[in-house]
Amino acid sequence: MELFNLTIKSIFIENMIFAYFLGMCSFLAVSKKVSTALGLGLAVVFVLTITVPTNWFLQEYILKEGALAWISADFAEVDLSFLQFIMFIAVIAAMVQLVEMVIEKFAPALYGSLGIFLPLIAVNCAILGSSLFMAQREYALSESVFFGFGSGTGFLLAIVALAAIREKLKYSNVPDGLKGLGITMLLTGLMGIAFMSFMGIKI
Amino acid sequence: MRTQKTFFDKIKPQFQQGGKYEKFYYALEAFETFLYAPNSTTGTRGAQIRDGVDLKRMMMTVILAMVPCLLFGIYNVGYQHFLAIGQEATLMEIIGVGLYRVLPIVVVSYASGLGVEFIFSIIRRHPVNEGFLVSGMLIPLIVPPTIPLWQVALATIFAVLIGKEVFGGTGMNIFNVALTARAFLYFAYPSEISGEVWTYIGDNEVVNGYSGATPLAAAVTAMNNGTPFTDVLANTNSVLAADYYSFANMFFGFIPGSIGETSTLMALIGAFILIATGVGSWKIIFSVFAGAFIMGLGFNAIGVNEYMNMPAHYHLVIGGLAFGAVFMATDPVTASQTERGKWIYGFLIGVFTVIIRVVNPAYPEGIMLAILFMNVFAPLIDFYVIKANKKRRLQRATV
Repeated sequence: MELFNLTIKSIFIENMIFAYFLGMCSFLAVSKKVSTALGLGLAVVFVLTITVPTNWFLQEYILKEGALAWISADFAEVDLSFLQFIMFIAVIAAMVQLVEMVIEKFAPALYGSLGIFLPLIAVNCAILGSSLFMAQREYALSESVFFGFGSGTGFLLAIVALAAIREKLKYSNVPDGLKGLGITMLLTGLMGIAFMSFMGIKI
Repeated sequence: MRTQKTFFDKIKPQFQQGGKYEKFYYALEAFETFLYAPNSTTGTRGAQIRDGVDLKRMMMTVILAMVPCLLFGIYNVGYQHFLAIGQEATLMEIIGVGLYRVLPIVVVSYASGLGVEFIFSIIRRHPVNEGFLVSGMLIPLIVPPTIPLWQVALATIFAVLIGKEVFGGTGMNIFNVALTARAFLYFAYPSEISGEVWTYIGDNEVVNGYSGATPLAAAVTAMNNGTPFTDVLANTNSVLAADYYSFANMFFGFIPGSIGETSTLMALIGAFILIATGVGSWKIIFSVFAGAFIMGLGFNAIGVNEYMNMPAHYHLVIGGLAFGAVFMATDPVTASQTERGKWIYGFLIGVFTVIIRVVNPAYPEGIMLAILFMNVFAPLIDFYVIKANKKRRLQRATV
């Protein structure tokens, strides 16, 4: 039940996009078509569900202060947390490389339409952000799995909804100066208001 | 009437292309089509059959459907006012106080909204959008009678500008304009639109023991104290009238609340007009009520606190659920367009409304945010309904 609550919380209440405004670059750039957005969203879900627990192991057994005590008692004083960013990023980059190869092999069309944005997941702040949140909030291993999955699903939901709206916006008569990213920024803000409905729920 | 028509015919050439006031053509056109049916005919190409019902008549139907809510709202503002200060009043006095509060809000909402519309129609050279006739009436009905007028103006301008005009005007917006205005007020000036602001008291003293708590606030009290909801209701404001918060009173709308939302009965009359004229979708209205009721039953089954134990049918009459379901969920622009999508859309609005009410302590009422939330997902629902349709028909074609 706790884990279920955590998942719901990370999807709706602490949505990566609308609560923290993380991962905006790919959110804005790859939301022109629903099918592409769905592909990217699923890739993010996958990467997050894998990287957050992987980083949990790193954090727990290597990076945290005193984490190296399992090797020998001599290392009990060592604090490697200054390596956190670079280690987390390395893990994320490796995972993204893996996902990229899988997608290229099994869904070449999706691979083509995601283009440069797939490698860019590696530097997607939502992904690094989730790992850092995991470390900061000191989740347990099982929690980190569900947290990663929930955050990714929240991102997926947001990007797919935005893509559907933008497909509908093709029929709108947006002023020239606002076409493209301008109107999308405004839309994101308005969507954020709608997502405010969940702020304050405590579960 | 004839002199009016000749006047329009006389000045029209000056507004047409090459005329002196060419820029203001759409401003004139707005007034002209408001007063007369357009005399333009369909071209020789394209669709030849045209109904007399254009967007303007459709919007007028919606406004007509809102009139019962407005009239009752005016009466109720006065009624609550005299009830709270403990004075007997004649019908005329009650209506007088109601008009004194409500009329300025309506005027400000129309003036500020139409002002933005006209400026945009002149600059961007598009016809004035009739959609605002409805939004301009909806905004006064969903704010408390004590709201400062400048906030009404500010929220209306924000909603028309950011909620609608940047998308190109009526028919192209993503979010319900009236609800955008209310959400803006809610997050920008929470103290004027939440708490005990629902009864206009003015400079008068209230009756001893009076509280401005709405039934929704009573439900929160029930949850915090652990007393059954119906008991709390019976005790709230029993100094005013023994059955102040009886189920019948809440259904007929003699309770404090936003100006037009209190009466479920008046909203249902509006629903009847909308459905009979084919303007509103009965599927959405019905499924909102169904969603809220089923979710209410679901919470009854969980029953962790007294709010969850509240009888499910109370959810349908308290707060603005009926008003929102009838007039705002059915907004043809922001709702789902596909028939099956409408069922899903409405049902989820009902479900989310009850969830936000019961689970989220930050917001006493959920219908506004639930509709806005589903506005976000309406295009997505449509996308997948259409995709499923395509798939089904493709299968039929190839077999």
